[in-house]
Amino acid sequence: MSENKTTTAVTDKAAPAEGRPLLEVKGLTKHFPIYGGFPFKRQVGAVQAVDGVTLDVFPGESLGLVGESGCGKSTTGRMLTRLLEPTGGTITYDGRDITHAGRKELAPIRSEIQMIFQDPYASLNPRQTVGKIISGPMEINGINPPGGREARVRELLETVGLNPEHYNRFPHEFSGGQRQRIGVARALALEPKLIIADEPVSALDVSIQAQVVNLLQELQRERGIAFVFIAHDLSIVRHFSQRVAVMYLGKVVEIADRDTLYEGPRHPYTHALLSAVPETDIDAQKRERIRLVGDVPSPIMPPSGCRFRTRCWKAQDKCATEEPPLVQISGNKPGHLTACHFPEDPTTAAADRKEDVVMDPALQALEKDVKHA
Amino acid sequence: MTSPVQTEDTSVPGGSGPDVLTKDGAQETKASEGLSPGQLMWMRFKRDRTGIISACVVIFFFLIAILAPVISKLYGKDPYTLYGQNSLTLLNEFNMPSGSFGGASGSHWFGIEPNLGRDVFMQLLYGMRTSIYTALGATLVVVILGVLIGLLGGYLGGAVDFWLGRFTDLLLGFPSQLFMIASMPVITAAFVKPDENTPVWLRAGAIIFVTGILGWMGLARLIRAATLTMRDREFVEAAKISGASPWRIIRKELLPNLWSPILVQATLQLPSNVLNVAFLSFVGVGFVEPTPDWGRMFSNGAGFIQQDPAYMLYPGAAMVIFVLAFNLLGDSVRDAFDPKSGR
Repeated sequence: MSENKTTTAVTDKAAPAEGRPLLEVKGLTKHFPIYGGFPFKRQVGAVQAVDGVTLDVFPGESLGLVGESGCGKSTTGRMLTRLLEPTGGTITYDGRDITHAGRKELAPIRSEIQMIFQDPYASLNPRQTVGKIISGPMEINGINPPGGREARVRELLETVGLNPEHYNRFPHEFSGGQRQRIGVARALALEPKLIIADEPVSALDVSIQAQVVNLLQELQRERGIAFVFIAHDLSIVRHFSQRVAVMYLGKVVEIADRDTLYEGPRHPYTHALLSAVPETDIDAQKRERIRLVGDVPSPIMPPSGCRFRTRCWKAQDKCATEEPPLVQISGNKPGHLTACHFPEDPTTAAADRKEDVVMDPALQALEKDVKHA
Repeated sequence: MTSPVQTEDTSVPGGSGPDVLTKDGAQETKASEGLSPGQLMWMRFKRDRTGIISACVVIFFFLIAILAPVISKLYGKDPYTLYGQNSLTLLNEFNMPSGSFGGASGSHWFGIEPNLGRDVFMQLLYGMRTSIYTALGATLVVVILGVLIGLLGGYLGGAVDFWLGRFTDLLLGFPSQLFMIASMPVITAAFVKPDENTPVWLRAGAIIFVTGILGWMGLARLIRAATLTMRDREFVEAAKISGASPWRIIRKELLPNLWSPILVQATLQLPSNVLNVAFLSFVGVGFVEPTPDWGRMFSNGAGFIQQDPAYMLYPGAAMVIFVLAFNLLGDSVRDAFDPKSGR
């Protein structure tokens, strides 16, 4: 479903890579302390959920943030909206440092950064009517649109494809997809310039996912809202985002514009991630197959050097001692940054790889048996 | 129902529009006004026969307590006149009510009091009035303290929560009834000179204060737990992102979701406070003569239980019915608010 849509989206590439970024993130870090010990509790360690994330979001652009569960995507999103206090690094919005700004200092830009949440069942207050939910942000920020708040709410409901007559209904009367639309309307109420969408569709069923993603895309194009689109579904990110950042264990390992990342990834982890996307088109060129083994290491004690080295088939001694910086490595287009000492070739085709990468020895033996038989 | 999204977006898979469209065909005819969770609760409550009956009983008790002066006027008696002393026929030579069943008659429906000879019906009505008003005041204090401390601890967390929690534990560890008995005279003595009479309002205030101070802990723990489950819900985060102050979040986002536990706890707390107030008067540290009081009727009646059991019967039966009806009402309210928790 997303494939045919992608072709139309490619035309409006509108590379927004020039000009000043709307949101600049440098070395953003979040460590959650772990307390232990008896009888006096003290900090015995920290979950290094996000460790030095550097990103730029340009006005009107959509940046996808992908990675497997627990890699720090949502934590990053929550720090960008300042729901969480960063442990280190800086967040600069429109030239203003908001890293440690308090509620009062944030007030003027609160209306410009909004968030869409993952769970449509938890993100709406069950005791408030739809009208109250959507007009709440306007009330807090003292915004009085011409024609009154109620008229504005009805307009917003219509924009997100809901019946404006449902103004006085309660969230429990709506389905998951409709609730998510209400959440979108609430985020739009303040006419934001940046929306952090934290897995906005992963709690919805597939047919509704497409509707909501298309709605968001429509809004993004019409209103020029910048998006940070956090997701683990690669095809949805490809459909939605102009640039994509891949996270692994609290770090950005690769960032590039959409087509470069999907067609010519350099980081081994990006390769592995892309090879895991199920192929729907049987006529398409065969893609490489990479099978990693094991789980993501614990963020409490991340591996030294490159964090991916424990699962990487190209890992060498250098990877354990030296952390690869996120830079434009040789052979990359401008804007394509990769954090790897030994990058892969920029191709995902199976023909360019001599042999499938199968990391699990047992699986390897099994596959050999099958081949011989 | 034309929205830019639906009309322009023809590539929606499945060919059908968003889910709203299909549902609306049926729903459009109905009123667009939705049913609030409160209205749903009221609908469930109306179906609960036990709840309705006990609510009627409770309302009846409140009505006769509020309307006691009116009833007194219609009935033609008051709770202070010593009818037995004025008339020679009402009390026998042992100062016990003459006639069967505590001297019940057409002019004194529930009979008259031994010794002093006051009208039992009026004593009971005015006694209930005193007790219910005091218990309402105490319940109010309990609810305000409990909700405030529970919300603060639950929402702010950290050190505030820790110290409020330890304070709650400390007060829970107190032997509350012994503490009430011990502190009541101390409190009244602190405000009244030894040679003066304690005014009734001060006594009532002291009772409300002591029962309130020692009664909020259960509610506070409940509210804290409920707040904790809601504090990290996404609608609270959404309010934070739009810049809401903590006070607004507590008021507009959290409190509306806490009304059900608050209401349920309050309806269960009130009868127990009636019993507490009655207990204080029973042991002699609550209201004193001549203020009519429900609890003191028991302690008076206990002295005559062998000679005049009817004197204890009326206040006892009234209290059993009241507390029972109120507890059943509390259960019904809880079932109506949370249909899943029921039996």
